[in-house]
Amino acid sequence: MTDEMSTRKINSFQKQKNKQEMQRMVVSFALMIIFTLIAFALVMLEVPSTYVIPIILLLAFVQVGFQFFYFMHLKDKGHEVPSQIIYGGVFITVMVALTFTVITWW
Amino acid sequence: MSHDHSIDPKSMPKDPSKATTEGKHKFMGLWIFLGGETVLFACLFGTYLALRNSNAGGPTTQELYGLGLVFLMTVLLLTSSLTSVYAIYHMKNNDFKKMQLWMGITALLGIGFLACEIYEFAHYIHGYGFTFRSSAFGSSFYALVGFHGGHVAFGLSWIITLMVRNAKRGLDLYNAPKFNTFALYWHFIDVVWVFIFTVVYLMGMVS
Repeated sequence: MTDEMSTRKINSFQKQKNKQEMQRMVVSFALMIIFTLIAFALVMLEVPSTYVIPIILLLAFVQVGFQFFYFMHLKDKGHEVPSQIIYGGVFITVMVALTFTVITWW
Repeated sequence: MSHDHSIDPKSMPKDPSKATTEGKHKFMGLWIFLGGETVLFACLFGTYLALRNSNAGGPTTQELYGLGLVFLMTVLLLTSSLTSVYAIYHMKNNDFKKMQLWMGITALLGIGFLACEIYEFAHYIHGYGFTFRSSAFGSSFYALVGFHGGHVAFGLSWIITLMVRNAKRGLDLYNAPKFNTFALYWHFIDVVWVFIFTVVYLMGMVS
C-alpha cells in the first residue's frame, strides 16, 4: 500500500481537524514574526531604554507563550502536568534573573 | 518489541505519538527534561545579566553585536519551528514522506542557524579578540549563547539520526513518539533563542 492510499483512508473529520489546527499554527507563526519585527524595529529606532526594555521583554514573553501553548500544545487537554512543570521552570527563571540583576546592579 | 506497532490507516489514532504507553511516557519524560533545561538556562541567563558589563576594557555589547545577523538567525530558527509543526501535522495524517520532507527542511534551517552562529563567534574572536577568556562578560556570553548553539547541534544530530534510521521503516507507533519528542525539543530551543535575542542582543544594543 502506498503512502497516498493510506493517507486518503484516514477519517476525513480528523483530517479536517488537523487542518484547522495547522491554520492556527500558521497564524501564530505570523504573529511571532510580527512581534520579532516590532522588537527589532524599536531597538533600531533607538527608543529610550526606559520604554524599550520592558516592551521587548513583554513581546518575548508573548512570543514564548505562542510557542508553548500553540506549537507545543500546552493549551490542549492532557497537558496539565507539563504545564505545571513549565510554569515552575518559568517562575525559577524569573526569580534567578531578578536575583542576579538586583544583587549586581542595585 | 512485543507488540505490533504498525498503523492501521482505517483506525488511525488521533495522535500516533501518544497511542502507546511508551509514547505517553516519552512525552512526559521529555517535558520533565524541558523543565530541568529551563532551570539550567535560567542560571546561564542570570549569570549573563550580572556580568554583561564586566568587559575588562574589551569591546562592549554595543560595539560587538550586529542586529542584521541576529535577525537572520531569528528568522531561520523561528521558521524551522514552523516547519517542524508541519512535519507533525503530516505525521498525524499518516503521511510519512511529507513528514520526512518537512523534518529535512527543519534540519536544513537548523544547519543555516548554526553556520551563522559559527560565523558570528569567529568574527568576534578574529575581529575583536573577544574570547571565552577575555572577560567575565566573554565567559558568560559564550557560556549562554554557546550552550544554546550546542543544543541546536545536538538537536540536528538527533533529527538526522532519526530520519536516516527510519527512512525505510515508514511511520509506526514505535517511532512516531520519537519524532514528536524531537519536535517538542526543537520548539524549546526556539523558546530559549527568543530570550537570547531579546535579553542578550536587543538589550545589549540599548543599554
